[in-house]
Amino acid sequence: MKTAKEILEILQKKFPEIEFSLVEDEPSDQIIFTDALKIHEICEFLRDGEGLKFDTLMNLSGVDDANGEKQTNDDGSETIVGGTLSVYYNLDSIELNHKTTLQVSTSRESPKVESVNLIWRAADWHEREAYDMLGIKFLNHPDLRRILMPYDWEEGSYPLRKDYKDPEFYQGMKVPY
Amino acid sequence: MALKTEELVLNMGPQHPSTHGVLRLEVQLEGELVTKVTPHLGYLHRCFEKHAEAMTYPQVIPYTDRMDYLASMYNNFGYVIGVEKMLGIQVPERVEYIRIIMGELQRIASHMVALGTYGLDIGAFTPFLYLFRDREKILTLFEITCGARLLYNYMWVGGLSHDLHPDFERLTREFISYFRPNIDELNNLLTYNKIFVERTANIGVLPKETAINYGITGPNLRASGLKYDLRRNDPYSIYDRFDFEIPVGEGLVGTVGDCWDRFYVRVLEMEQSLKIVEQALNQLPEGDINEALPKRVKPPKGSIYQRVENPKGELGYFIISDGTVNPFRVKVRAPSFVNLAILNELSKGHLVADIIAILGSLDIVLGEIDR
Repeated sequence: MKTAKEILEILQKKFPEIEFSLVEDEPSDQIIFTDALKIHEICEFLRDGEGLKFDTLMNLSGVDDANGEKQTNDDGSETIVGGTLSVYYNLDSIELNHKTTLQVSTSRESPKVESVNLIWRAADWHEREAYDMLGIKFLNHPDLRRILMPYDWEEGSYPLRKDYKDPEFYQGMKVPY
Repeated sequence: MALKTEELVLNMGPQHPSTHGVLRLEVQLEGELVTKVTPHLGYLHRCFEKHAEAMTYPQVIPYTDRMDYLASMYNNFGYVIGVEKMLGIQVPERVEYIRIIMGELQRIASHMVALGTYGLDIGAFTPFLYLFRDREKILTLFEITCGARLLYNYMWVGGLSHDLHPDFERLTREFISYFRPNIDELNNLLTYNKIFVERTANIGVLPKETAINYGITGPNLRASGLKYDLRRNDPYSIYDRFDFEIPVGEGLVGTVGDCWDRFYVRVLEMEQSLKIVEQALNQLPEGDINEALPKRVKPPKGSIYQRVENPKGELGYFIISDGTVNPFRVKVRAPSFVNLAILNELSKGHLVADIIAILGSLDIVLGEIDR
């Protein structure tokens, strides 16, 4: 059993060049915030490291933080410019019976996060879903296709973004019918 | 002259009785042997997560019903205890007990469908009818409690929609004593049936390490020989007060972690659930179920990951609150979504007909895969 603080200290010791911080909100679980482009090696260490042994990825969620600048369009809809998208990793160790949560953020305009698919195969479909819903590109993912939406859904149209607008047509059919 | 051979691509679904819903499998074959299975999802995508962002917290509950529609009670359960934890609500004892009773009855009902339709996939029609006959009795218990047979909206944040019907306890006890012998009947009819064993033993063997790495949970993980159940390992509600066993796969007729083990673990789990329901009925306290109902559900800023042991595996809700009455984000970690991802790994090198046996043994529900 390790708390988020103890895990954070271990990580800071192992990776002195990477920035970590602890997000503490009541009443939530404490979250370790880190770098989106270093997440692969961090996760590899979390899985194999002595006293950590996070052997499963319970959940991986993409989130639109909607913290950019909101611009109102002529038709009354809103577009968000700038700000970040986040990915949350909920890890669990069956062996040592402890849990932790990681968070990484990436820019809204070109969201790139390293894939953890090779560490936990469970991440494969979760990452595809995050790509499908929010357009987060997972680097080194072997098969990054849409998963729940149709494969030919409009390029650059991601439903779970807070400023999402239905495309007008899909395959020649009017969408808001 | 050498025969010309080439790889064959076979399309299964989206309308195929053995895919348990609308799932399309693209199967690549080398003769009779499977080399690759690619599942194509999304035929039942109803934008649950997008809807949830537009609703208030209590309004999300009916939507959770519709994810795993065979285990709606348990979907409610996971969501409401997640929100309660954010609000810091302690629900009355009676509510906790009723939730456990409903949850475990729902587990039995869900396993009945899993076992019945699995027999159907393999070609045994009779056990399906027997199990559905018994499942009706559980649905009747739900119906007298809250009026609905499948989609209940029964568990609310801080309470329940209805108290128990005066007859509920008697009828549930009658059901328990009625159903116990029927498990033996099922074992005689199907579990140890020679044809059934031939079709399922040593098929789709899932080793423990692979299962953990793929994030497989629930009966599928336990069938691989790992004693891991969230009701024990990460207890929520009041599960720590009950005495029950966690059945694991032992490879009685084949290898540990084969299709037969996944089937048999569910049979054993039904017995354990009956045991929990019985204990909960004996301890059921009196009280007001609506005591802790909050006037306004408005959790403080923050996030929470709440997981419960759904009949199909670990159901997780990752809820982010921005301090308003609507959730900022609700991500659902659906057990079937994760469990289905292993299909390709399990099916490689098996015959075409075995895909049906493997898929059925994973017990998926497309409603929660596509959400």
